[in-house]
Amino acid sequence: MEHSFASPSGHPQPHQRHFNPYSENGGTILAIAGANFSVIAGDTRQSEGYSIQTRYAPKVFRLTDKAVLATNGFAADGNMFVKKVRQRLEWYRHAHSKDMPIRAIARLIQTMLYARRFFPYYVYNILGGIEEDGSGAVYSFDPVGSYEREACRAAGAAQSLVQPFLDNQIYFKNQTPAHGTSHPAHLPLDHVLELVIDSFTSATERHIEVGDGLEIYVVLAKGSTPQVLDRWQGVTEMTTTQDGERMFVIRRNLKRD
Amino acid sequence: MDHFPTNWGRPRNDTIDPYGTYPIHQRPKDAFSTGIQRTQHPIVTGTSVLAIKFKDGVMMAADNLASYGSLARFRDIQRLHPVGDNTVIGAGGDMSDFQYLQSILDELMVDEFCASDGHTLGPAEVHNYLSELMYARRSKMDPLWNSLLVGGFKDGKRFLAYVDLLGTTYASSTLATGYGAYIAQPLLRRAVEGNEDTLTKEEARKILEQSMQVLFYRDARSIDQFQIATVTAAGVHISEARKLETSWSFAEGIRGYGAQTQ
Repeated sequence: MEHSFASPSGHPQPHQRHFNPYSENGGTILAIAGANFSVIAGDTRQSEGYSIQTRYAPKVFRLTDKAVLATNGFAADGNMFVKKVRQRLEWYRHAHSKDMPIRAIARLIQTMLYARRFFPYYVYNILGGIEEDGSGAVYSFDPVGSYEREACRAAGAAQSLVQPFLDNQIYFKNQTPAHGTSHPAHLPLDHVLELVIDSFTSATERHIEVGDGLEIYVVLAKGSTPQVLDRWQGVTEMTTTQDGERMFVIRRNLKRD
Repeated sequence: MDHFPTNWGRPRNDTIDPYGTYPIHQRPKDAFSTGIQRTQHPIVTGTSVLAIKFKDGVMMAADNLASYGSLARFRDIQRLHPVGDNTVIGAGGDMSDFQYLQSILDELMVDEFCASDGHTLGPAEVHNYLSELMYARRSKMDPLWNSLLVGGFKDGKRFLAYVDLLGTTYASSTLATGYGAYIAQPLLRRAVEGNEDTLTKEEARKILEQSMQVLFYRDARSIDQFQIATVTAAGVHISEARKLETSWSFAEGIRGYGAQTQ
């Protein structure tokens, strides 16, 4: 709405309406690293306020054969950021005839985010994939580029619902192992996929901005067997190279209400 | 931001204006904060645009009103605009910004035609161009104050997507801007979701007409005259302006608001 303020001279001066260049488009993303795999997931609802803009707007993007980026926050910034990261990765390929390793992609993302420190991309990023030593990796970022490598991370609208669940089920926080046993350092793929799906169905129940569809990207290290995925429905292979890392996407429905 | 150190108060460094003799009234004015008009607000505005996918393509509807605040200022404005042979865009928000966009797109199509490289821009390309333009303008804090729908049909594929003043984009089989997003979108979704491949042109037109009617009953910035654009393999067709059929006889029966005796 238009406001007028009285100036010292007593004449009302038109007040410049404030243009807000940001919006918040809901949704949640999540990534979990295993010993030799990485799982990166996000729901597909895009919303603004109480309105669902679309039921299918992907938030998880394949960057290379072994790196996947999930973005959450302001969708326009997110899409533009992914576009620019992909452009930088293409230039890297042309210069070095290979894909950028994931730890280098993580540092690239930090510098790209911090370059906009005073007009930030309003986006929380989670980068997942396979490290050069074959281990599963998850890197999480804040909007201005602070980042760390972790075993698991949730971000977005339902972060506060999902992260405590992950802390308990992945890091075994507040759980004491039975006598003479210890908690595993890494969970098997099957188990991780169960946790991801449970996280999103639960977040869908309790958060209005989460729902419609779920996209789970699975990246497997070189030489690991994808047989585990046979018992899962809706798996599509995205691998483009021979005898390298293998990538799959699992698409599922979430409640639409 | 004032980029002239002399305007910052007493210089912190004696190499600039060492004796503080530079008179205040002669100090250079900051060219960035004056002179350039940036963030505006919409003046002459259009309201909702509706669009759906159907069996053979995409259909879009918008009324013919451009409002000046609450005044129904221009009652015969066209808010649907063809871009090339396969695309139509519909605009809500500031009409002068929309007309500026029309001129940019028309120029773009001329440039592409002159390239005569055997390629033409389809709806996906036009939408991507608009999203880059809108996002660049919002990043300059100088937005084009519109919500746009881009629909089209090219190479056997339907296309329908949205872009607005923030550069936000999304695609869906039903789209609505402005009040239409609240009032018409649920009606459109109920009628279209899951039926995109079976809806005929006639059914699609009926769904849009009914939704426009509901909007005219409830949206105070709308008018009962509208146009429908259809994009199919045959190309873009924008209808003549048509009147909505409305019925107000129920108003006779309302009691309790005004000066009735009983």
